[in-house]
Amino acid sequence: MNMNDTYMPTIIGFLCNWCSYTGADLAGTARMKIPASLRVVRVMCSGRIDPLFVLKGFLKGADGIMMMGCHPGDCHYQKGNYNARRRFVMLQNIFESLGLEKERIGLWWVSASEAPKYAQVTKEFAEKVKELGPNPLREEIFL
Amino acid sequence: MSDAIKINKGIEEAVQDLLKSLLEKDKIKGVFTLRKMDDLGAVAYSLFTNADELKNALPLYPFMPVNAGKVLSDFTLQGATQEPVAAVLRPCEIRAFIELVKRTQGDLENILLISSTCGGVYPLKILKGNDQKSRQAQYWESVKKEDIDPELRETCRMCEDFIPHNADMVIAAAGIEDMDTQCTIYLNTQKGKEFASDVPGSKTSEELEGGKIEELKTKRQEQKAKIFEQFEKEQMGLKSLVKMFAPCLGCHGCSHVCPICYCTLCEFDSKTCEYRPTSIESELKLKGGLKVPPGNIYFHLGRMSHMAVSCVSCGMCSDVCPVNIPVATVFSRVGAPLQEVFEYIPGRDLEEAVPSGTYKEQEFMESGK
Repeated sequence: MNMNDTYMPTIIGFLCNWCSYTGADLAGTARMKIPASLRVVRVMCSGRIDPLFVLKGFLKGADGIMMMGCHPGDCHYQKGNYNARRRFVMLQNIFESLGLEKERIGLWWVSASEAPKYAQVTKEFAEKVKELGPNPLREEIFL
Repeated sequence: MSDAIKINKGIEEAVQDLLKSLLEKDKIKGVFTLRKMDDLGAVAYSLFTNADELKNALPLYPFMPVNAGKVLSDFTLQGATQEPVAAVLRPCEIRAFIELVKRTQGDLENILLISSTCGGVYPLKILKGNDQKSRQAQYWESVKKEDIDPELRETCRMCEDFIPHNADMVIAAAGIEDMDTQCTIYLNTQKGKEFASDVPGSKTSEELEGGKIEELKTKRQEQKAKIFEQFEKEQMGLKSLVKMFAPCLGCHGCSHVCPICYCTLCEFDSKTCEYRPTSIESELKLKGGLKVPPGNIYFHLGRMSHMAVSCVSCGMCSDVCPVNIPVATVFSRVGAPLQEVFEYIPGRDLEEAVPSGTYKEQEFMESGK
């Protein structure tokens, strides 16, 4: 059996309550196809996503981590997504400096009405992560 | 050109004279600097209020028992000191203090910051011993000649920010050949000029930066490139990262001495990061093994994500590490590109907001898709 047929990357999604999570809901009610291995965690705002959340997921062996929030300028709390963007930039920068796979983390803006976009980006990201293969940290037990 | 005072004495004596005169003329009520604790080389930061006690002060002693920025923050946490105090700090300590003031953890008012063009400090591991006298001589010789002593802290050897930002008075040390006979103290701010209005020495006007200072900067930059290159060769990638942090005891000493890690309730010291029997069990089921104590890489990467952008590269963390992990080098290496992205030098300017606490609407447009 080819491993690639059965391998389903584990993806964690941190979705903001007001835009992306509602968008995901809409995608669900519209019966759009979403990668089955995406685990969604609802946060009240993308600005709530502490880099530690992403790091913990990454170190525990998640194959990909998605951060999603309202489009810039549309944040329910005015500026949370701007903070999220800075944190994401910092995290990517740190990953790059240490030679870790920064492709495994990503940031998307998905509004409450963008169910098709949600379906599309999750699918695309799942495919990309599948290509990258399992997170090598799964094999690293003694971290 | 900036105003300066010239004292015709050796550098150490001149600084002592300056502090003594400030204290005696009641311009300041206290001096915060290193104090000799025994004859074997032990020193500790101390507050002097008595001018006679100052003979035990060692303002330029090349060791850093604690980042003084952290201590000054403790003093001024609830507001400015009631009386004016002079503090003799190293440039990175001032930068750390400024970073803390930005985070409302201190107050600059009533503190006269005195610093020097810094030649670096030695690791605390070689602090005690009978050879302190010869080490001192060796240190000052290398400062005069602008050689980079290979025994210095690694972060000191590659430090480019050895000219103090925000100091009121700057003692010229690096590259001064005749420091045994005379000493120049630059007055960078209005505050510095006011305090120095009637101290001993002749007033002049001189240029601090230029020739020799630039030479040293180039030397340090070369050193930095070399150390970083070595680091990239050996420590890049997951495997090397795991290997490097493998000996970590999880003592969290590096975060406790870090001047930027000011949180009283650190996430990593909290219950959230404690492994309960149930989480140990679930981890074992998931992975089939567990390092004890767990979560060391999470701790280091997490701390990096929180504070590396403000890292002043003082080197305290490497110094206290009981298992010799080059923590400071990693943080400097990670911090450098991070600070570059935000065009930020920690502690350069009090008005500059900490990058992790601010944002611009039009930036990193390509980062969110």
